[in-house]
Amino acid sequence: MTLAADERVAPVGPARRLLIRPELGAVVGLVVVFAFFAVQSPVFRSPDGIANWLDPAATLGIMAVAVALLMIGGEFDLSAGVLTGTSGLILVTLATRYGFNVWLAMLVGLVVALGVGYANGLIVTRTRLPSFIVTLGTFLMLQGVNLGVTKAITGTVQVSGLRRASGFEGANALLAGTIQIGGTSFRVAILWWILVTAVATWVLMRSRAGNWIFAVGGNEQAARAVGVPAARTKIALFMTTAFAAWLVGSILALRYTSVQANIGIGQEFIYIIAAVIGGCLLTGGYGSAIGAALGAVIFGMADKGIVFLGWDADWFMFFLGAMLLLATLANRLVRRYAEEVKH
Amino acid sequence: MILETRGIGKSFGSVLALREVSMGVEAGRVTCVLGDNGAGKSTLIKILAGVHQHDTGELLVDGKEVRFAGPRDALDRGIATVYQDLAMIPLMSVWRNFFLGSEPRKGLAFDVARARKVAREELRAMGIDIRDVDQPVGTLSGGERQSVAIARAVYFGARVLILDEPTSALGVKQAGVVLRYIARARDRGLGVVFITHNPHHAYPVGDRFLLLNRGTSLGEYGKADITTEELTALMAGGAELEALAHELERE
Repeated sequence: MTLAADERVAPVGPARRLLIRPELGAVVGLVVVFAFFAVQSPVFRSPDGIANWLDPAATLGIMAVAVALLMIGGEFDLSAGVLTGTSGLILVTLATRYGFNVWLAMLVGLVVALGVGYANGLIVTRTRLPSFIVTLGTFLMLQGVNLGVTKAITGTVQVSGLRRASGFEGANALLAGTIQIGGTSFRVAILWWILVTAVATWVLMRSRAGNWIFAVGGNEQAARAVGVPAARTKIALFMTTAFAAWLVGSILALRYTSVQANIGIGQEFIYIIAAVIGGCLLTGGYGSAIGAALGAVIFGMADKGIVFLGWDADWFMFFLGAMLLLATLANRLVRRYAEEVKH
Repeated sequence: MILETRGIGKSFGSVLALREVSMGVEAGRVTCVLGDNGAGKSTLIKILAGVHQHDTGELLVDGKEVRFAGPRDALDRGIATVYQDLAMIPLMSVWRNFFLGSEPRKGLAFDVARARKVAREELRAMGIDIRDVDQPVGTLSGGERQSVAIARAVYFGARVLILDEPTSALGVKQAGVVLRYIARARDRGLGVVFITHNPHHAYPVGDRFLLLNRGTSLGEYGKADITTEELTALMAGGAELEALAHELERE
């Protein structure tokens, strides 16, 4: 068997090895999109321009990376977008209406967010219902709570005035400040995004938990049969997504010092799209954190690039859909090509 | 006897899936479990593997009565199961699959370098020549997948290896390869439980043969007490087969 098999296997070169990486589609997309905007707009390729489009990439990227881990683990979280709003609303409401210190208000927000993530994970693993449905339920419930509670407390659909709360300066500097690099000021969120991506990549590729994440997404029953704690892994993934939502919600609340009650709605699909562009399979078991981070950069570029070129911002949505289709097709072609070689 | 059942039984609601089945597994011996579809083979191995708990009878490990809390419990006692369809995760590499659930650690991290090296060495020691341990398991042939799963169980110190229909989806040559690995695991001192519905696969490697029919045992035979033909006849329910032969002749 083995002798015959050896003869039938073509040598696999380094180029083909590279093609097997899930990030490939995102890297190609990144280069193409960057070239497209950079050629036409000098501002886009200037350090200030780069700082400008890295900013939306960072907040989206933190979420996309967490969502990518969850998708590799075989689940979706549609409540992730609204949860950023919930976390921000809790922070601003407690700090401005109930006299909480900003740090303490953030801690409460974290506990609530992790609680929602835990509930999502528990319901999905206990009932074996599709996470798409379960988190759609939490999504709608949170959307209602965000609006209902905000209206009941403030009489309007936003809470504001975080700047006057105690502890604001420190928290703002840590999560929403800027840093100077070579005369250009970059948002601190970019550092958090890089940190989250690095940690997520390490966990995926170099930790036992990473092996479990790929396994529960690839074939949950098989994973369980060899002793992988499948339910715990999935619950931890939902809580990771919730943690990311809390981080992003807090960053945005501290930056703008006010939160709209309807913030984050619709974002959940953008996270998923960024993760898919980054090479995640919708069916789970395959993907990359770096890919998702790169997918977020593509969005950041398009978001700001369209403005730099003076186009109508409505075109962003068209671009979003086109990128998703292209990336999915490219990923499929690449994967097929890579697997054909291996047979 | 490493593993033994005495009059074991299991029911699901009103269905009696298994009744009064007794069998034993010795070190360095192969116990074959034979039976047609619906004979209770899967229920029996799921009890042995800790997936299901038995309702009646006794389950003994090293002569002591036990009740497994789950698959992990059975694994910790040295009872490893290789399932036919869910032995491996196709999108993951060979070495990731090899160590899944029992990853070697280096500090907090998964010791990736060691995992790769050990996987390559262990596969070679079992005589399995995998081209590249980085390739996804999905690109291996069915026989190769079974072989990797067997090598994995052997490496992790399994004393009893339960193989669920490892040859049934394979061609003649591939089945032969898997049978060779079963013999090699046996020679390394493991007790093997080999579930199959093919007497021609069971007879050459088997030492004892447990026959199941409609959830109950038709008896456990030593190799000296039975021939391939008798095995086949018993499995199909001898009388029924003769009647069928008559019927077909007349047409």
